[in-house]
Amino acid sequence: MSLLVHITNLPIDTEKVINLVKTDSSGAVNVFIGTVRNSTKNKEVVGLEFESYESMAVKEIDKIITEAKNRWPINEMAIYHRTGMLDIGDVPVVIAVSTPHRQQGFEACQFAIDTLKETVPIWKKEIFADGEEWVSAHP
Amino acid sequence: MISVKLFGIAKDIVGTSTLKIAYQISTVDDLLVYLKSEYPEFVKLTSLLVAVNDEYALAETAISDADEVAIIPPVSGG
Repeated sequence: MSLLVHITNLPIDTEKVINLVKTDSSGAVNVFIGTVRNSTKNKEVVGLEFESYESMAVKEIDKIITEAKNRWPINEMAIYHRTGMLDIGDVPVVIAVSTPHRQQGFEACQFAIDTLKETVPIWKKEIFADGEEWVSAHP
Repeated sequence: MISVKLFGIAKDIVGTSTLKIAYQISTVDDLLVYLKSEYPEFVKLTSLLVAVNDEYALAETAISDADEVAIIPPVSGG
């Protein structure tokens, strides 16, 4: 597993992920930090539980980075995703990308998080006061 | 006999994280037909994909006992 892609059940050190992508030829580091929100569809959420198919998730994240590098002049991109039980305000995902100019970074970072949500085998369950539900499982 | 890994709601539907299937399964499509018939809850999901050896597989992809097979219900990372 490369240092730039990591699935972990421990809290993500955002500063560390940012430092992984800094290079002397970069004019910008763009960072996406996902955070656990306290509600969904007007219903109170008390926490989220994340599960991953780790070996495949790492491969799919590698593919996202490879594709992003094909589309934009990226110096480095790092993607860390958390698993296990998370509380409100906790950070499930951090994406950091360094590029020569800022616009490329904004676009590459948005592409990465949008694609991650579509293709990477990670699942989240919303925990409510009175039950729980796997997100997006049903239409 | 193939062994299938289950995650998320798929694990809840079947009630285990690894399902061994003695029934004759030759392709991804065979597996999906079997699962939807044995566990009708799978029919209600937004999508249901299969991964073979860590890669998303097509319906006609062959499955053998040596393959690592996983059921991929709708993903929701991030």
